[in-house]
Amino acid sequence: MAFSERVRISYQNEVGAIRTAGLFKEERYIHSPQAAGIEVEFPVGSPPRKCINICANNYLGLSSHPDVIAAAHAGLDNRGYGMSSVRFICGTQDIHRELEKRLTEFLGTEDTLLFPSCMDANAGFFEACLTDQDVMIADRLVHASIVDGMRLCKAMQDTFKHSDMGHLQAKLLEHHDKRMRIVITDGVFSMDGDTARLDEMVALAEEHDAMVFLDDSHATGFIGKTGRGTHERRGVFGKIDVITTTLGKALGGASGGCVSGRRELVEMCRQRARPYLFSNSVPPVIVAGALKVLELIGSTTERRDKLEWNAQYWRGLLKDAGFDVKEGDTPIVPVMLYDAKLAQDFARELFDEGIYAVGFFFPVVPKGQARIRTQLSAAHEKHHLDTAIEAFRKVGNKHHILGIGRKELMAMCVA
Amino acid sequence: MNEIGKVVRDYVIREYVPEGEEREINETTPLISSGLVDSFSMVSLLRFLEKKYAIHIPDADATPEAFDTIERIEALVERFQKATVGSV
Repeated sequence: MAFSERVRISYQNEVGAIRTAGLFKEERYIHSPQAAGIEVEFPVGSPPRKCINICANNYLGLSSHPDVIAAAHAGLDNRGYGMSSVRFICGTQDIHRELEKRLTEFLGTEDTLLFPSCMDANAGFFEACLTDQDVMIADRLVHASIVDGMRLCKAMQDTFKHSDMGHLQAKLLEHHDKRMRIVITDGVFSMDGDTARLDEMVALAEEHDAMVFLDDSHATGFIGKTGRGTHERRGVFGKIDVITTTLGKALGGASGGCVSGRRELVEMCRQRARPYLFSNSVPPVIVAGALKVLELIGSTTERRDKLEWNAQYWRGLLKDAGFDVKEGDTPIVPVMLYDAKLAQDFARELFDEGIYAVGFFFPVVPKGQARIRTQLSAAHEKHHLDTAIEAFRKVGNKHHILGIGRKELMAMCVA
Repeated sequence: MNEIGKVVRDYVIREYVPEGEEREINETTPLISSGLVDSFSMVSLLRFLEKKYAIHIPDADATPEAFDTIERIEALVERFQKATVGSV
């Protein structure tokens, strides 16, 4: 037996160390569809209880929308359950290409290629499009999947300080001798909820003959006046060379992602990106649902407008209650607690009050920057937020942290 | 802190400390394990050291542990400076 007692104990010790470090992740079982109000079994074995969900990426509230569900049902009936193939063998249906065309129009690019997830799109893009003569220059807070994708690529890796355009410029100058330069950023940074300075980035890239890569997963569908993304908000729609994004958040929340951008780059991915080449096509049921999502959000901005209102209202409630809220204007609203243990206790006590929110701490965020990340949805009604703030206020009062100011709050921080 | 340490400290402050943030960094301040330098951004520090001191630090030696404090980085650079001289 290869999995000997020695091997088993070694892994048990490793898991034990994760637990001791307070980094053990536990799943909570949801007994209802994804929505603003859900039923959650936690701890495992306890009866499911109703709570308000304030930590989903269900930004537009389309995860369980009846029209999306109906379209997905029709897709299942008309095109089947699975493709039993990768795209380039016998896994491409008419609706896959149709969705790629719709995404291209929506994102303002030249072409699009679907991937099983945005994680896969990020993992595949760099290796497919860059060589050891090139350089990738990434914002230091980009998503982990981009970091993984860069690690798989032979091009030189470099980083610039988060949103620091002076530092980016210095890096572009430093790497002027490279064959290709690509500037890499998230559109909306998932932990802080701030947006990339894409307009300045595009100007710098033009000046230094560099491409711009944007992961807009936390923006597609709702950032910008018509929800096209961060490039729309920053006035550089049509000027981004590569956009990766997901169908797993605002666009129905199922799964799937894409690389969308310059025709030649997309074609390189079709020819060379390994996660595209070696994994199955996005299932027809998801493609059909996503097409309906794009139809819904293409016809009205009602949902993104409501989301924007919800986010502003929620920020106001938190600030009025005396919480330290990270500045921003996206539906990601981090409530700063700084201390890791406090963040964990706070999230648990919120759950006891019927609010499902999650604490984040090192290594997901820097040490001493622990927080509760709240995420708004167009599915939230005002009463959800009014109920949630009462719970936040109650738990905040218990820990004596309301209105005490950032310095004092940070001074309470142990870890 | 020796000369190498001072050069490394200046680079770390310039390269990793966010604009406007005051942070004291001495020989034993944790850089990687504190999150100031994430393991991904460590690549620029490695490249800087290799260029500045004309050395090559193999991947096996460029570990987050070896880069965690200025003290350890000093030792690492000195080790490879000697190795380079020895190999000539």
